[in-house]
Amino acid sequence: MKEISFMLNDEPRNVQVEPNEILLDVLRNKLGIKSPKCGCERGDCGACTVLLDGKAVRSCLILAVEVENHNITTLEGISRAKLSALQEAFMEFNSFQCGYCAPGIILAVTELLEKNPHPSLEEIKESIAGNLCRCTGYTPIFDAIMSLTGKGTK
Amino acid sequence: MKDYKYIGKNVTRIDALDKISGAATFVDDIDFGANLLYAELIESTEASALIKKIDISAAMKVKGVYKIFTGKDFHNRFGLYMKDRYVFAQERVRFVGEQIGAVVAFTPEAAKSAVALVKVEYEPLPAVLNQMDALQSDAPLLHPEVENYPRVPWFYPKAGTNIAHWRKTRKGDLGKGFAKADVILEDTYSVPRYAHCALETHIAVAKFDHSGRLTVWSSSQSPHTQRHLFAEALGLSHKDVRVITPYVGGGFGGKAGVTMEIIPAVLATQLKGYAVKLRYSREQEFTNTYQRLGVVAKIKMGATKDGRITALEHKLYWDAGAYVEYGANVVNAVGLSASGPYCIDNVSIDSVCVYTNLPPGGPYRGFGYSEMLFGLESHISRMAQQLNIDEVEFRRINAIKPGDETAYGAKMNPSGLQDCIDKAAAAINWGKKPVSEDPTKVIGQGFAAFWKAPAMPPNASSSAFLKFNEDATINLLISGMDIGQGYQTVMAQIAGEILSVPPAKIRVETPDTDRNPYEWQTVASHITWSCGNAVKNAALDAREQIFSLIHRVYHYPVDVLYLEDEAVKCKTDSAFILPLQNFVVDGIMTEDGTFKGGPVNGCGMFMPEFSSTKDNPETSQGGHPNVHYTVGAAALNLEIDKETGKMKLLKVALAIDAGKAINPDLVRGQITGGLLQGLATVLYEDMRFNEKGKLLNPNLTDYKIPTAKDVPEEIIPIIVEVPQPDGPFGARGIGEHTMLPAAPMIANAIEDALGIRIKSLPITAEKVALTFLQEKAKQ
Ligand code: FES
Ligand code: FES
Repeated sequence: MKEISFMLNDEPRNVQVEPNEILLDVLRNKLGIKSPKCGCERGDCGACTVLLDGKAVRSCLILAVEVENHNITTLEGISRAKLSALQEAFMEFNSFQCGYCAPGIILAVTELLEKNPHPSLEEIKESIAGNLCRCTGYTPIFDAIMSLTGKGTK
Repeated sequence: MKDYKYIGKNVTRIDALDKISGAATFVDDIDFGANLLYAELIESTEASALIKKIDISAAMKVKGVYKIFTGKDFHNRFGLYMKDRYVFAQERVRFVGEQIGAVVAFTPEAAKSAVALVKVEYEPLPAVLNQMDALQSDAPLLHPEVENYPRVPWFYPKAGTNIAHWRKTRKGDLGKGFAKADVILEDTYSVPRYAHCALETHIAVAKFDHSGRLTVWSSSQSPHTQRHLFAEALGLSHKDVRVITPYVGGGFGGKAGVTMEIIPAVLATQLKGYAVKLRYSREQEFTNTYQRLGVVAKIKMGATKDGRITALEHKLYWDAGAYVEYGANVVNAVGLSASGPYCIDNVSIDSVCVYTNLPPGGPYRGFGYSEMLFGLESHISRMAQQLNIDEVEFRRINAIKPGDETAYGAKMNPSGLQDCIDKAAAAINWGKKPVSEDPTKVIGQGFAAFWKAPAMPPNASSSAFLKFNEDATINLLISGMDIGQGYQTVMAQIAGEILSVPPAKIRVETPDTDRNPYEWQTVASHITWSCGNAVKNAALDAREQIFSLIHRVYHYPVDVLYLEDEAVKCKTDSAFILPLQNFVVDGIMTEDGTFKGGPVNGCGMFMPEFSSTKDNPETSQGGHPNVHYTVGAAALNLEIDKETGKMKLLKVALAIDAGKAINPDLVRGQITGGLLQGLATVLYEDMRFNEKGKLLNPNLTDYKIPTAKDVPEEIIPIIVEVPQPDGPFGARGIGEHTMLPAAPMIANAIEDALGIRIKSLPITAEKVALTFLQEKAKQ
């Protein structure tokens, strides 16, 4: 066991972790952060996506010890004050069904829009190509994002 | 048309806030405290074998291991329609991945390492890995006792064979039908198995407390059915079994009935006071839950020169896997409906459920109809070609109309198939296909029509409780599952419409069988129709209570009262407006200071009392096994690279008759989602088993499901509305149907573009390129 400290949703946290523990398990089981989901535990699905210093990463492929002194953001952090414009758009366009992929996809797109507020459809597709959604057929997700970039219509 | 306030409107999903804020709770998000144990399964490595010995001694020594259970500890049998499964294998295993036992430990790591140390000795038995081999007279028998298994009365197993059920449907005179035909076309089509791939894997946590009460938290489409099967298998009273089902991360049929959930439930009974969690890995999700059944379909069709189908012989042989407790009903459903959405005078259908040494086949969005329609709709297109009739026109000529007789003799319900066909064809400019600008590419047009009925016991029912709160908001207690389709929202719209309360003011909780009233299961695309009726009845019950109270206090006749904008109003006295929140809990104070009324709680239920499975087993005539059909049609423009076979979906239109789209955006959501799921089964999804029955691609790298990059360039969802007379506001289900036309319409488009006919799924780019090359070489 080793104690690590890092910023979780803008708050300092310390936690004891095993050297081989993945960030996903530590967030969910030791820190009570449940929005990152487990869908495969091998980097295929993106349900476990979190932001590491603003970059979307798969928390099932990252060891908890690696985030020492870094910033981790999850959907809990994004939703705390008020919903983001992206979340509002997800509601308006029904960009989720079962909702299991939504936390990961919202974070991946949050990173995209941060870097590139006016992405093309191709760029949008590229940014979430590693986030699987079995329910929506993705089109409603594209629509929500396009509505924010000024290129979309409903 | 009647003007509704919430019905037919794109009301915001009432689960939206939960799901996009990260607040939505799934089973694995619940904390169970220090008394939680973790179970891991000991799984068969053989497709068919006797278990000689299980050595757990090394595994028991792993630190943190608590107990290990195997088949000798539990002999409970279970199954939805036929009890052919055991919780743990009894002496014999029948597929690779079958659960032989479980290690229970204080940490997941301990459970996993211990499982690896369990030594199972097998005596291999011959295995049959496809249904055609399993039908041979000398094939090894998977279930020599099949005829003795408890089952529903509409299943007909054949003793001494691997046939678990054989549904026969006969109408008219097949010989005469073929004699009348000018053209007869005969061929065979095959469809492999598929995996649901819900993003959340199966999970269940069970606790048997010291008072003898079993609580199971599960990711399930079927809380009450699970409760029933747990009670039955464990010999417990229903009142002592409680199933709690939070949000479900995708179902698609895979989480219907009972599969792995019974394992923690059974384990818990021997681990009093602890909670036991079993969470499937992605690999287990592939190897030991239901899979979609594979099928080999032999079709013989006769038609006259002017385009009337005179006879159809349809034989379907299903690879149903090692246990068919649910899968046999897929076979049954198709056995009744394999005429497709056509009115044909002479029909013979044989739908045969065959045991094989592969994982259990079970419900998957479409319930067998996707598999059946691949062959039938391919055949329709080819028949039209032989007759020199446009295939859309050929479908129009034969399309089933309201009142026509189905193959089993019941009458077809009101439905807009012609309209769906016309609209899907028009949407892609049928007959005027675009020409690719790239000379290496060709464009083809494809078309398919579809139908599907809910497959369910004739007495499958729904019920609803509706409670008013002090501020006239509502808690609606129902037990269907919002597996993503938007069920909670639609139910809130129905209650809201009748009670004039905005859906946003209605909370629909996920089910808890202790609190929420009975619902059969969220399957069969019947929940909008069935539970919608129950909710409607509950809302009407509440409204009646409100009106009768107003009548008692203010003496207005009940029939001049109505609800509008969360208030009671009166047709004959426009000054009378009484907000619901003034009285729905507290009652109304009268002149002498006493109160009348009290909390308004509505109650409603629905059961289709006209449904019956009592029929002649040789013909299927005489019953009314299907409550109604939902119909539709789809069309696409497909661009194909002649060299590589790579396909691009340019434009796909799907028209479906929803009866009444309670929430059109949600219907469109089902169309875009279902279409992509269907298209993937054609273009790349493929379960590969080796010659020992082991699945070779049990992960999402090798079993590829669609990503954001695989979406068609344009999807045109079309809603047709021919009301379902017994549906809530005319609605009927559409969820599964959106997958159905994908496979045949692509096969048909490929033939249109390249002149080649592919008769087996999947239709990968490689297969297209190779087939095209072979055809060219022949010429
Ligand atoms: S759980 Fe991390 S990518 Fe699937
Ligand atoms: S909404 Fe279910 S996986 Fe995306």
